[in-house]
Amino acid sequence: MNTPRGPAQRWLPRPSLRFIPVWRRNLLVWRRLMIPSILGHFGEPVLYLLAFGYGLGALIGQVGEMEYIVFIASGIVCSSAMFTSTFEALYSAYTRMETQQTWAAMLGAPLDVDDIVLGEAIWAASKSLVSATAILIVAGVLGLLGGWQALLALPVILLAGLAFACTALIVTALSRSYDFFMYYFTLVLTPMLLLSGVFFPMEQLPAIIGTLAYLLPLAHVVEVVRPLVTGGVPEAVALHLAVPAAYAVVSFIIASRLFRRRLLG
Amino acid sequence: MARDADPAVAAEALVKRYGGVAVVDGVDLAVRRGECFGLLGPNGAGKTTTLRMLLGLTPPDSGRLTVLGEPVPQRARELRARVGVVPQLDNLDPDFTVRENLTTYASYFGLRERDLGRRIDELLAFAALDKRASARVPALSGGMKRRLTLARALINDPELVVLDEPSTGLDPQARQHIWQRLRQLRADGRTLVLTTHYMEEAERLCDRLAIMDRGVVVACDSPEALVERHLERYVVELRGDAARRWPAAGQGRDIHSREVGETVLLYADEPEPVMAAVAAAGLKYLLRPANLEDVFLRLTGHDIRE
Repeated sequence: MNTPRGPAQRWLPRPSLRFIPVWRRNLLVWRRLMIPSILGHFGEPVLYLLAFGYGLGALIGQVGEMEYIVFIASGIVCSSAMFTSTFEALYSAYTRMETQQTWAAMLGAPLDVDDIVLGEAIWAASKSLVSATAILIVAGVLGLLGGWQALLALPVILLAGLAFACTALIVTALSRSYDFFMYYFTLVLTPMLLLSGVFFPMEQLPAIIGTLAYLLPLAHVVEVVRPLVTGGVPEAVALHLAVPAAYAVVSFIIASRLFRRRLLG
Repeated sequence: MARDADPAVAAEALVKRYGGVAVVDGVDLAVRRGECFGLLGPNGAGKTTTLRMLLGLTPPDSGRLTVLGEPVPQRARELRARVGVVPQLDNLDPDFTVRENLTTYASYFGLRERDLGRRIDELLAFAALDKRASARVPALSGGMKRRLTLARALINDPELVVLDEPSTGLDPQARQHIWQRLRQLRADGRTLVLTTHYMEEAERLCDRLAIMDRGVVVACDSPEALVERHLERYVVELRGDAARRWPAAGQGRDIHSREVGETVLLYADEPEPVMAAVAAAGLKYLLRPANLEDVFLRLTGHDIRE
């Protein structure tokens, strides 16, 4: 009698290149809705820039050496990437897993759960790249960019998108309904958004809060992306990239195990 | 091919427990190449769990399992490249057209559109959906969706097709349509394993059946042999008022009977004396050949619809 140690018990994921058709399937569906989706990616940051940048910025004036609208544009590139990736990995992934049973169909083919989870994570990261690109275009048109080095922010955004996707996939793997996602927004994303230097410099916060914010990935992403976008030189890049990278890897391991247990029980 | 000599499915003593309860409790199966094999039983008998184990989607807690010569779940991915799956619930991609559903599913097997050549057109014709190739899935009827799901399962030219309740929820015409397609697949030399709780489906389609109840196989043979071995040839069925009055009217007569809910079943190889006795008591009856449902009842002591 053999009792094989099944994929549901395994700790480490074993993804393969078969994640590509999963990613491609999502791309093909998105292509159908591309125009409204891209308009959304442009429209929302324009509203933010107008409201915060010009509205609030007129009262604030400068942050350090920087116009407030330049400061906030570079922050919104990061927060928008976070939300785009997170929404995709929560609501859309959950829809494909439960409501549409798209994942169940994939599991009838020679795809494993790990391939699907990796394909979804990279897809969500790809969408955050689209969103960041849209904002950079808007910021460029408004003359808010420091130069062509702003393009170097895109690979950083891709890494950040992956980190936010993988952590959100943990929540999706544990969720029994869409309502569960609100906890994640209220307890994790909103505090991270407000405390990570997107809207104001972190030095304004009590030291302990700033330290706590640096335990989460968004503050590190902002530290690298803001100088790149505004024409400065980021510092301690390796450390600031290591944090989102660690979040991506560890969260992927946890999420894929949770999904294996959920789907292959 | 040497591997054609392997049985389609060889399962020994499969056990699957959920929360300490054995949903599949020591199942042995031997499915031959090229046959249509049915798992028949009520909901909760362990049919779907058994199918999931065959596909490597649920690891058994114990037992030994080989499908198309591949040990499962160890080589489940390699196995699934050679198997077609028709799930119980339609999980077609609602955002895609009929044709895109096939090409996208092909991509999960590493097949590109140019590798497929005429295969997509052939499958559309097989599913009688060639005129609906550009329709979106939500515009299809239930029968069309099921035929598309079946066509999708054939995209990789599978040796074995696994179907979980292929005709559940379909109207009689759509069901006939699916049965006809399944017979065609069997005629092409493919092996079919399906679950069902419909006697008619099992009797019409399956070369051999495993009757499952509460996680175990209670009998396994051809439908005819099951009926012949376990039952008299005929059943005289009494319903409603007749069923209520028979116990008194039949007292003292040596007739093999069983009460099931509102029905009394009288079994006999020679039904004439039984019919005469029932008629003498002034009761209405229905004479029919014994079927799988009667076998199920005889073997498990309860109705399959429970």
